[in-house]
Amino acid sequence: MIKLSGINKTYYTEATSLHVLKGIDLHIEPGDYVSIMGASGSGKSTLLNILGMLDNYDTGDYYLNNILMKDLSERQAAKYRNEMIGFVFQSFNLINFKNALENVALPLYYRKISRKKRNIIAMEYLDKMGLKDWAYHLPSEMSGGQKQRVAIARAIISGPKVLLADEPTGALDSKTTEEVMQLLTELNKSGITTIIVTHEKSVAEATKKVIHIKDGMIETIESNSKHLNS
Amino acid sequence: MFDLDKFQEIWITITHNKSRSVMTAFGIFWGMFMLVAMVGAGVALERGISSQIEGFATNSCFIWTNPTSMPYKGFRKGRFWNMENKDLQILKSTIPEIQYMAPMIFAGNTNNNVTRNDKAGSYHIKGNFPAYNQIDNQKLIFGRYINDVDIAEKRKVCVIGERVYEVLFPHGENPIGKSIQVKSIYFQVIGVTRSNANINIGGDSMESVVLPFSTMQQVFNMGNSIHFMAMTAQPGVKVSEVEKKVYAALKTANNISPDDSTAVGGMNMEDQFTMFLYLGIGIASLIWIVGLGTLLAGAVGVSNIMLVTVRERTREIGIRRALGATPRVIVSQILTESVVLTLMAGTAGLMFGVGILSLAGKLLENSTGIIKDPQIGFGVGAGALLILLIIGTLAGFIPANRAMKIKPIEAIREE
Repeated sequence: MIKLSGINKTYYTEATSLHVLKGIDLHIEPGDYVSIMGASGSGKSTLLNILGMLDNYDTGDYYLNNILMKDLSERQAAKYRNEMIGFVFQSFNLINFKNALENVALPLYYRKISRKKRNIIAMEYLDKMGLKDWAYHLPSEMSGGQKQRVAIARAIISGPKVLLADEPTGALDSKTTEEVMQLLTELNKSGITTIIVTHEKSVAEATKKVIHIKDGMIETIESNSKHLNS
Repeated sequence: MFDLDKFQEIWITITHNKSRSVMTAFGIFWGMFMLVAMVGAGVALERGISSQIEGFATNSCFIWTNPTSMPYKGFRKGRFWNMENKDLQILKSTIPEIQYMAPMIFAGNTNNNVTRNDKAGSYHIKGNFPAYNQIDNQKLIFGRYINDVDIAEKRKVCVIGERVYEVLFPHGENPIGKSIQVKSIYFQVIGVTRSNANINIGGDSMESVVLPFSTMQQVFNMGNSIHFMAMTAQPGVKVSEVEKKVYAALKTANNISPDDSTAVGGMNMEDQFTMFLYLGIGIASLIWIVGLGTLLAGAVGVSNIMLVTVRERTREIGIRRALGATPRVIVSQILTESVVLTLMAGTAGLMFGVGILSLAGKLLENSTGIIKDPQIGFGVGAGALLILLIIGTLAGFIPANRAMKIKPIEAIREE
């Protein structure tokens, strides 16, 4: 599903340059459930941004679903993002003047699906998240856990191949963290390749593979014994 | 290509950010209102001015005599002279460019010079030719104007102004065929006129008694004198050219030096109309400059606020980009927002302005002043909307460009 070879990324400022990713090689199978761990500044978020085509890389090759994602135009990148990738963020990133239903339906708008149709689909997904009664509430009227579930519904409504989550539980308490992780695990079981950036052990333990990144390089890739046994 | 879905998306964005939208739109609203109000006022001024000279042929000129200012052929300087009946023949035969020629003579409004039974009044007495009606068109509320037979037979008939009729006749009485006395001589009333224009020759035509020219010369012992002459040029001929030829011919016929610049007095409506025309153009262009300037200032306001808005919305736009919006979609969204806002605000301003104008029109309905019937034409309204469309697009262009450059990663970067 995802194949990275020799990915390098350097950020340049006026005086200094920062070599963030130093030759990342990574292979992620379809349906994998992976977490990426590392200290802040290790490059894990940059890696996730590159995987999500939110950022570009300097050298190396990135194949997503056997398509080379390199030197994409903004238009192509937007298209691939819309079709293949769902994003979940730490701060939810819901549009605050749109209600839950409109937020969830937004990716389908960019796919030119009619308003009526996309609202029906969005309602289905909100129902799956147990948020049907909250469909017409604004994000400001919801709890963190609810907001994150709305964001997850939005991430998967367009049927992505890959779900990228950047610290999805960073702003949640431990109980809601557990609920959200359960949800992500279920989604993974339904076949979506899931990659979570986190620094919480409990989150990493829920995934099948943990990738440790340090100073822009992959340190270790460990398989969770819990999942091997099951 | 009207995309309802896109419009709904934009509508949601606009209506969910009400105060922001209202702030943005107000500049345009105000600019449009000012433009409409000013154009309306300008039109009113123009209409008012042109109503002052309504009914006057635009290609007419008027000629009178002044004392000579130069000695010539043995005549002393400062000699009084009059045009005479013979001059009519000379002008008619030598200057074919003259279309109508209407000589006039006047007898002043001496005390109670016009009487009927027990009613009396002081009015201007004028002797006119039928052709005068072609130059200063008289609105007749009764009867007819003086005709050629009246002139040829020197009939004792008269055409009276409306006010003369009101004073001499009981309300509603048909004056036609009735007799009135002018300077103790009986004349039969053949018509009553109401003047259109506020320009009057030889006294207010509402307070005048007009006699056939030939009759007047004879009954009041005025010889062959002509006091005043009105004439129009043939279609396609400039009246100022004709005027020059008439001056020259009159000077030759009356032993006046060709270099005497004051002996023949005159004015032509062409100059007056040209002046009004330039005045109108001047006012109109001033209005459009100021009005468009105000609109432009409004547009700059829209552009500015939208720029700030785009900055504020960086995260929202970033999220949209992450969810699959292409830069083009974002640009078109910002542009359409700008255009929709501008158009709505502009239309509101337009309607408000038109409302105020029609209110003012009602208030000014009966005024005879120089401001009359303020309105803007349909074309002006449509043009203003078109300008708004362009302005809205221009106003949205810079913010849209800024929005396009927002990368999704900037938006979702944790603060």
